[in-house]
Amino acid sequence: MVADIGYGVIFIAFLVALYSVGAAIYGDRTKSAGWVESARRAMLLLWPLISISAAALIYLLVTNHFEVSFVYEVISRDMPTYLKITAWWGGQAGSLVFWSWLMSAFASLVTLRKWDRDREFLPWVIVVTSLTTAFFLALVVFYENPFAEFWRGPDGKLIADASGNAIKSMFAPMLNASLAIPTDGNGLNPFLRNPGMIIHPPMLYLGFVSFVIPFAFAIAALITGRTDDRWIRITRRWTLWAWLFLSCGLVLGSRWAYDVLGWGGFWGWDPVEIAALMPWLTGTAFLHSVMIQEKRGMLKQWNMLLIILTYALVIFGTFLTRSGILSSVHAFAESAIGPAFFTFIGITFVGSIALLIYRWPDLRGETEMKSMLSREALFLLNNLLFISVLVVCFWGVVFPIISEIFTGQKVTVGPPFYQTATGPLFAGLMLLMGVAPLSAWGHSSLKTLGRAIWKSVIAALVITIFLFFTYTANPIALVAFFLVAMVILVTLQEFWRGTAARMKAQSENAFTAFWRLVGRDRRRYGGYVIHLSMMLMAIGILGINLFQIQTQGTVPVNSSLSLGGYTVKYDSVAQFPGPDGQQVTRAVVSVYQGNNYLGDLYPRIDYYPTEKQNMTIPGDRPTLKDDLYIILVDWQPTSTNGATFKIFVNPLVNWLWIGAIIFLFGIIFAAWPDRDAERVPARSHHIHQPDANQTGAAD
Amino acid sequence: MEDAMSKMQNSKTQGRKTQNAIALPILLALTCGLVLASQPYQKVFAQQPVPTPSDDQVNQIAHQLYCPVCEDTPLDVCPTEACRQWRDLIRQQLSQGWTEQQIKQYFVQQYGVRVLDEPPQTGLNWLIYILPPVIILAGAFILFRALRMWTKPGSASAASGSKDETVKDEYVARFEEELKKRK
Repeated sequence: MVADIGYGVIFIAFLVALYSVGAAIYGDRTKSAGWVESARRAMLLLWPLISISAAALIYLLVTNHFEVSFVYEVISRDMPTYLKITAWWGGQAGSLVFWSWLMSAFASLVTLRKWDRDREFLPWVIVVTSLTTAFFLALVVFYENPFAEFWRGPDGKLIADASGNAIKSMFAPMLNASLAIPTDGNGLNPFLRNPGMIIHPPMLYLGFVSFVIPFAFAIAALITGRTDDRWIRITRRWTLWAWLFLSCGLVLGSRWAYDVLGWGGFWGWDPVEIAALMPWLTGTAFLHSVMIQEKRGMLKQWNMLLIILTYALVIFGTFLTRSGILSSVHAFAESAIGPAFFTFIGITFVGSIALLIYRWPDLRGETEMKSMLSREALFLLNNLLFISVLVVCFWGVVFPIISEIFTGQKVTVGPPFYQTATGPLFAGLMLLMGVAPLSAWGHSSLKTLGRAIWKSVIAALVITIFLFFTYTANPIALVAFFLVAMVILVTLQEFWRGTAARMKAQSENAFTAFWRLVGRDRRRYGGYVIHLSMMLMAIGILGINLFQIQTQGTVPVNSSLSLGGYTVKYDSVAQFPGPDGQQVTRAVVSVYQGNNYLGDLYPRIDYYPTEKQNMTIPGDRPTLKDDLYIILVDWQPTSTNGATFKIFVNPLVNWLWIGAIIFLFGIIFAAWPDRDAERVPARSHHIHQPDANQTGAAD
Repeated sequence: MEDAMSKMQNSKTQGRKTQNAIALPILLALTCGLVLASQPYQKVFAQQPVPTPSDDQVNQIAHQLYCPVCEDTPLDVCPTEACRQWRDLIRQQLSQGWTEQQIKQYFVQQYGVRVLDEPPQTGLNWLIYILPPVIILAGAFILFRALRMWTKPGSASAASGSKDETVKDEYVARFEEELKKRK
């Protein structure tokens, strides 16, 4: 009954989404405000409808309705209630409902904003957001129905297809069939039970769906021909929040990998990770290049292209992880949703590009580039580098698929390819991060730039020489540390320059001057905080990638392994049941540095009997210098040899996590809504400026 | 007039100098990065066939191989029983004096090239290595050409593309000022 309600309501939501698309197009074509308003209200109805369906699904999960196939696949009786709720996005069908639910929430939020000055955008924003929601709802309604149930024939046997797989259906597949209720479910994949993994998918999805909003406005601008920078001004904060969520998703995913996967790293250049990184790359390029359009009225075509690419990559990323294409081309062909996704991406991408080409002449720049060293020129270079990283990532993910299609041969594109290809590009981005903040909009010369940067360059060189004598002679590390030091110094210098100018001009003390400086231009100084945090993260990434050391060995009790100045003594091991139904094997090791006792660590293996899966949870000792990371690789109760441990020393890696927290803070700082709209920076005085003060409350 | 012309000339030269100035460090950084990054990944352990190979020697080779059955999981960290047996096989092969290359070759023969962490540089696989640099260099070329065109005083795009007639290159402005003075 509840499953029927859930399915019925989501089917109605699908029809409402289609109606919303149709009414909005009709309303725009016939200039009927009534139809557009009807479309808007239909769109507002989507979120409550999908919420009812989601509530039905959660109810089924929490109350162990195993006759529902999705419930059977993702939970088991012994799981705690909170995990049964989060299992909503732990499987394919549920995660599609979750995607639609978030999408409809964002669509509702955007339609609730004041539309007085941008009325012409409204129907097309509705069309794009409702169409995207309708697509995901269609996947749920027609292909991946989480409410489908198992059935038993009159003979009491489970109804199955020719290959013996249980048939899942909303309706009885034959006369006198009754629901088949398994006694217990498969349970949630243990990897998805970690807090990081519980929050990670919602954050990624939030990032994905919120990037749909700027795309919707871009398409609205293309269709209506309102090609000034209004759409960018309206969506500026949406884009920043989208970027925040996506970044947060990536950071949480990395931390989860570090904490749970037990391989001593946080980023394995896995296609699923790259699927989430790709829209982040174009989104980051977009965040920079919209500034050029706002300040200088240039790159309108490029910005359109970037947001179209970002949207396409959002859908592509979901497609990659949901269609089965990554495991094999055959899995893709057999999956129901793969071809549907492929068609949707194709149609929306080609359609958007066709629109862009149609409006191409109207999107010419209002001014010209004056100098190769101007900030806009450097931002363009930044865009080139981000897109280059994207090319590497995209090709690395797609090539194995192409290889399998054309040669039938599966290949793996692993970390060495990505590290070699993206390393220099990231170095180029760091160099730009150091130079660009010092260049001016419009015009800069070598002389002015040189004057602004030379002190930081000299100081960075001194730091690098110091590191050469005290820390490392690795040339890659030294080049990278030089760039890190330069960016940090330049950025701090920028803070100081602004503060000093205010102290002088406004006669303020240093604290007040600093506070007001960053408060008055949060976007800029938030950006600088993000640059600083990126450099801290770079230190961590360099540390673990260039200086990680590891060893593995089997030792009896009271014996030890040594690595990087640490001695790890194996004290004992114990087995006991865990709170989540798992069997825990936990070792106790004591850590020494020389003769200095530092404390105990508890690496463990959690075995989940229902899922027949092991989880290796490391014991780690984080410091600013390094992270001692110990994994219990193997221990057998009958073994007399002792236990096998793998020990990593990951230098500097904790700067990555510190940087990540500051990074997220920086985005929130930059994205937080302004109290008054007057702070919207005016573009150059000579450019037509339609309505710089018209940033609505919901912007 | 000559003075103005020479200033324009200077501005062009300066434009090129500026272009070089910006292109040089970035290209240098990219080249350095490419050269440095293409150096073999630091090897901790030398390949020495020994009777009882250590876990570290086994892992050093397993790290360069991918699990033949799991998706995108390096063999050294794969927790499955099958992978444990494959690591034992590597240990056995090492103890029999096999070289790293022979072991990798064995796995490729048994399970296909997907066990390697990079596609071998043969046939269609060349595309993976060639296409990204070609696209990136083409992108860089287009961008530099566009920048050069834009920053050239009186460029074609400026004449055709700009809606804003008041926007003029500062050198042109200076040039016009000179003309006015002469009148």
